[in-house]
Amino acid sequence: MIEMMLETFETGTGYWHPLVWVTAFVIIFLIVYIIRGFGEKKYKKGTGQTQAFLSGNKEYDKQLMHVQSSNLYWGWTEALKWIIDVLKKMHTGNVSDYVLWFVVVMGILLLFVGLM
Amino acid sequence: MNIVDMLLTHAPALTIAIPLLGAFLTPLISRVSEKGRNIFAIIIVGITALFVFLMASEILANGPMTYVFGSTAATVQQSTVIRILFEVDALSIFMAIIGIILSFVAVVYSYAFMEKNTGLDKYYTLLLLMTTGMLGMMLTGDMFNFFVFLEITSIASAALVAFWTNKAKAVEAGFKYIVISTIGALFVLFAIALLYGQYDALNMAKIAQSLGISGFTFIDKIALVLFIAALAMKGGLAPMHMWLPDAYGQAPASISLLLIGATQASLYGLFRIVFTVYGEVISLPAISIGWILVLLGLITMLIGVIMAIIQTDFKRLIGYGAVAELGYMALAVGTGLTIVANADPNITLQTAPFAMKAITGGLFHVINDALDIGLLFLVAGAVYYATKETSLNKLGGLARNMKYTTIFFIIGLLAVSGLPPFNGFASKLLIYESTYQLNPILSIVAILSSILLLAIFVKVLHSVFLGPALPKYETVREVPKSMLLAMAVIAGIIIVFGLFPQVIVTNLVEPAANALVNNSGYLQWLTGGF
Repeated sequence: MIEMMLETFETGTGYWHPLVWVTAFVIIFLIVYIIRGFGEKKYKKGTGQTQAFLSGNKEYDKQLMHVQSSNLYWGWTEALKWIIDVLKKMHTGNVSDYVLWFVVVMGILLLFVGLM
Repeated sequence: MNIVDMLLTHAPALTIAIPLLGAFLTPLISRVSEKGRNIFAIIIVGITALFVFLMASEILANGPMTYVFGSTAATVQQSTVIRILFEVDALSIFMAIIGIILSFVAVVYSYAFMEKNTGLDKYYTLLLLMTTGMLGMMLTGDMFNFFVFLEITSIASAALVAFWTNKAKAVEAGFKYIVISTIGALFVLFAIALLYGQYDALNMAKIAQSLGISGFTFIDKIALVLFIAALAMKGGLAPMHMWLPDAYGQAPASISLLLIGATQASLYGLFRIVFTVYGEVISLPAISIGWILVLLGLITMLIGVIMAIIQTDFKRLIGYGAVAELGYMALAVGTGLTIVANADPNITLQTAPFAMKAITGGLFHVINDALDIGLLFLVAGAVYYATKETSLNKLGGLARNMKYTTIFFIIGLLAVSGLPPFNGFASKLLIYESTYQLNPILSIVAILSSILLLAIFVKVLHSVFLGPALPKYETVREVPKSMLLAMAVIAGIIIVFGLFPQVIVTNLVEPAANALVNNSGYLQWLTGGF
């Protein structure tokens, strides 16, 4: 069983060995951690060093400081607005339309398979 | 015959009978003790799981099991064999393992998650009925029986989707689900009737054999189209997927988990029809059913990820993620079929280069998707349990108070995005490489979809778990231990599957893929005295 667990995963054209990957990951993590140890040691938790600098402005309410989900990937959604708008129109939420899509797909399949 | 042999002999029937009997006993036990009812449901699913694993060990060692409901000798009346057969091969048992794992985790998770709800006698009854229907679809070798179990699953699922009747959206989602399910089931029944009219048989193996003899008539083609369209809709393939985010998003999280199994049971039905029932004629070069599956898979992946990225509801977002994941399975299995159709006529599915790798990847992804998306749904349920909120715009900073849930979410996120060393990576790697052989663009779209899935769930990680601690969630605490245990079980399986993919592929997935492409094993019972 252990031999089987250590086997390489063959994908047809390549190989994948998760244990080797994990071992490499751990080694790299340790190296990075050691390098981190050489870094600045004057950091003091809970002092002014850790406070956000907001140009003298008062800190907003925490709820407002959190970047909300709708504001994420704005550029992405704006660039793909054309396709997103089409897809939104497609997803009407109306069950009759859901059935219509089923009929459309079935019709196309009937043509596709029937003509062959 | 000792007790184990006897239980093994009747295991296919008991796997269905135990949850069915348990379903009807649940309301009675509920009258005695509510806690007892919850534990009873766990025990029932646990016993069913034992039978599934018992059957799995037998089937993987000695080949398919056949169970006859009725007399052991064929009852022949006007040349028609009248009886029901369960034919359980490596593919059926592979699917049953997925179904029972999901069911067991769902019932354990429900213990605390549904604790404060009323009407739980109905909830557990429906949950066990859903398990029965799902397993029945996977184990039966009879077309009409498949339809009956499809109906049982659909009705129980629709009622559970609408379980929170105080929420209008849940009731609406349940209504949509039952409409879609009924229409799908109606067309499945119509297709079964067409085949029955042609071949005077309901048994899948018998029909497969008759199809091989008759060739591929126009009626057979119509039946095939009806099966593909109806089961693809029930299996959540785009553009017929729209019911899925509605249902997954509004059902209790434990039911969303189980709905994954029900959806995959329909996909299993689709694959079974295409490969086993139509196995003798499907590889004819002129009929490229494979390309249909490939196109449906591509559309499903792209629509799933693009729609997911703009969602602001936690569970609905995961629902669209689930849609995208279903696309990978259709893409992979379709690729396998297409490679064969494009190849030399002498090349079969078993010998075509990369065809088997594609199908193995597709099936491996079936189990990985169930685990990864399932874990994410449980996390969403845990967040809802703790905060009573599902809007991503209103959540934030929960990692401080829900450390374990956050860890489980990160595991689910990495797995569903196909990042190493988790299970999603192994199956997606197989899919990328095999689809590349058919057309590099397919592989590029698949990889792009995975990248987008990562982006989508990183957005959720940021929105729900990271950011400043929000004052309104200061009192939020980690969810109860039974819910954590349910999530830990799935997370554990994800890690094991990710670290040792070869073990899973060799022992579970490849036998299932072989059973799928080689229908001679399934047809063997016809010459085996049954």
